[in-house]
Amino acid sequence: MSIELGHFSLILAFAISLVSAFGGLLLWRRGERLALVLGQAAVLQFVLVAVAFLALVQAFVVSDFSLALAANHSHSLKPLIYKISGVWGNHEGSMLLWILILVLFGALVAAFGRRLPSDLASLVLGTQSLLVTAFAGFTLLTSNPFERLAVPPLEGADLNPILQDIGLAIHPPLLYAGYVGFSICFSFAVAALISGRIDQAWARWVRPWTMLSWVFLTLGIAMGSYWAYYELGWGGWWFWDPVENASFMPWLAGTALLHSALVMEKRNALKIWTIFLAIITFSLSLLGTFLVRSGILTSVHTFASDPTRGLVILSILAILIGGAFLLFAMRAPMLRQGGLFAPISREGALILNNLFLATAVGAVLVGTLYPLVLDALTGTTISVGAPFFDFTFGALMAPLLLVLPFGPLLAWKRADLVAAGQRLMGMAALAVFLAVLISALGGVSISLAPFGLLLGFWVSLGSVAELIERAKIGRIPLGESLRRLAGLPRSIWSTAIGHLGLGLTVLGIVSVSAWETEIVTTLNPGETTELAGYSIAFDSFEQIPGPNYLADTGIFTVTAPGGGTARLDAERRIYVASGTPTTEAAIQTYGLSQLYLQLGEPLDDTHVIRVWHKPYILLIWIGCLVMSGAGILSLTDRRLRLGAPQRARKAAPEAAS
Amino acid sequence: MTMQTNVRRKGMTRKQKRLTIIAGLAVVLAIATSLVLVALRDQIVFFYSPSDVVAREVAAGQPIRLGGLVKEASWTRQGQQNTFTITDGGMEVVAHYNGILPDLFREGQGVVAEGSMNGDGEFTATNVLAKHDENYIPKEVVDALKAQGEWRPEAGGQ
Repeated sequence: MSIELGHFSLILAFAISLVSAFGGLLLWRRGERLALVLGQAAVLQFVLVAVAFLALVQAFVVSDFSLALAANHSHSLKPLIYKISGVWGNHEGSMLLWILILVLFGALVAAFGRRLPSDLASLVLGTQSLLVTAFAGFTLLTSNPFERLAVPPLEGADLNPILQDIGLAIHPPLLYAGYVGFSICFSFAVAALISGRIDQAWARWVRPWTMLSWVFLTLGIAMGSYWAYYELGWGGWWFWDPVENASFMPWLAGTALLHSALVMEKRNALKIWTIFLAIITFSLSLLGTFLVRSGILTSVHTFASDPTRGLVILSILAILIGGAFLLFAMRAPMLRQGGLFAPISREGALILNNLFLATAVGAVLVGTLYPLVLDALTGTTISVGAPFFDFTFGALMAPLLLVLPFGPLLAWKRADLVAAGQRLMGMAALAVFLAVLISALGGVSISLAPFGLLLGFWVSLGSVAELIERAKIGRIPLGESLRRLAGLPRSIWSTAIGHLGLGLTVLGIVSVSAWETEIVTTLNPGETTELAGYSIAFDSFEQIPGPNYLADTGIFTVTAPGGGTARLDAERRIYVASGTPTTEAAIQTYGLSQLYLQLGEPLDDTHVIRVWHKPYILLIWIGCLVMSGAGILSLTDRRLRLGAPQRARKAAPEAAS
Repeated sequence: MTMQTNVRRKGMTRKQKRLTIIAGLAVVLAIATSLVLVALRDQIVFFYSPSDVVAREVAAGQPIRLGGLVKEASWTRQGQQNTFTITDGGMEVVAHYNGILPDLFREGQGVVAEGSMNGDGEFTATNVLAKHDENYIPKEVVDALKAQGEWRPEAGGQ
């Protein structure tokens, strides 16, 4: 019964979104009352989709296998958390999650956007509803999650064991929140193009949404990377796989959007570019969600692909993205250009940032789609792998990282580069010193490693330079400095912390790439091997049953170079329902470094083990957490509250429409 | 209207500033484009089936991806040294891999191996990929569903 209720709820939400879309986009001049109704409709859409989603969750939790989706992807023996996360571990369910987040953001705009001018609110909510219509319609017509089975099986087919992990509970919701959050920026961009209203106030509304989505996407990608790292058992944390690229491109574009919206907000410049980026970012998010799902690209991470629906998805994408760009082409020339600035200025630095990020998006896009194009044109199958991306992406990021610390030190409009350079001298010297010292101690295995370290330290130290400068640390009493630090605007803090996070991530990447060590060896219980000063003793090999699997477990004792032992359990699991084997690597953390141990399939009582030592690998993800923290900090800034700021009301619409 | 007056008032400086910025953008874009083109020429990896490898006489040491089925009863292991045969029905190539094969590596199943040919016409893999499919439905269950008329091919599976 509740399944039909859910199904009906979704149909109702679809109908409401259809009406809202037409109402908002056609009648947007009608004023306050329409905006009010659309706001209520947005909240209603959210409530209805939430009911639909909960109906699905309930069916999974009680193992109602008359629901085809639950029969195909669940199992009664599964732990509760995986029953719930199994709802979105498949195509139909993940579509519903995607829509749930979409309507949630719509409802949030309605809730926080009370002060939005009514025409803008109507247009934004109308565009948002149009997206809901497209994707709810697609789900209902081609991927109905509420389909019933006439003869329910006694037991479900179980969820892919790789997905039976806490990662599935966290990663897709975060990632989708990031992707879908950019729909708000998209809707604002479309609204600006239709109404012709684009001013600093517009940027002040858009930036918090961009920031919020960006935080989610950063966390989602970082979480996904860590999940793949420990679950796939290959010891890698980033493969330049199409799915990863698809999530990385909106992140790069979203990062560019954050920075360009800053220019627009503060200086009323870069309007057309910012609108363009907002459309691009969400388009890439859509591409990220659906290109992979369409089955055109293959990936190690795809768990919800279905080639037969690919054409429908691609048509929807073509209409939405194509329509937005058509609108852009027609309306963008009408937007008035704003503030002037010299090439060497904060604006100039931010343009440079956008240039490198946008070019990097282009390079990643080319690398991701080139195999498709080549296959279609010549029939040659190639793969564009890590070497391509390392080379092009690295070459584009190096100059960006080199100039990054200068940016925040430059003044708006016109700046003194020499003065900024002088303020960074100390940090530059310290970064060179650290890079040389560590390279000397660690040995140089990759010739670019010292340069990478230099960049990492330079960005990390350079970003805190402004904090130190402003607080006059070392020049005035410490208490006074701390008081000054506490008094600094949050925007300065979040800039510094965000860039510091990036620097930490770079350091982690460089460290792992240059100083990772591994061994592959045959080992029997009772024997010992050694790696990077760690001694690894194979104690025993046992079969240990889990809730819905059997685990061949290798039990190891690892002795660290400084003494201290730890027990590591590396497993090979056989899932009972599906008979599928998985590898559960054993990972032991030492400070910021990790030891990663993988157990191979036993043969005649001999075991192959592979052990990696990953120095400072945790910095990669800690850096991402720090970046996200900086984003959250910036959201708490009084000047950037999600609500609309006061000045907006006075600002007259700027462009002739 | 306002734009016109603006341009006239600030005239050249604005144009010059804009030109400087545009020139800078053009240089970076040009460099980036050449980077991508160079990388596309040198850094891509071709995907070959065993028949392709034989027909094209792929040079030893050139990185390629070799895909096909793992031939039945061809997989042998000496410690961490794996040897197996990749076949596409027509030709066969013997592949060597030092390490732990992925969980879904099975004889008779599809496999993609990264690596290069060695001098002896055999393949040395540096990485072996076996696809993790979402539809882990064992064949028996698929058959059962089919018998019930509830198996939807579009929901996945082979």
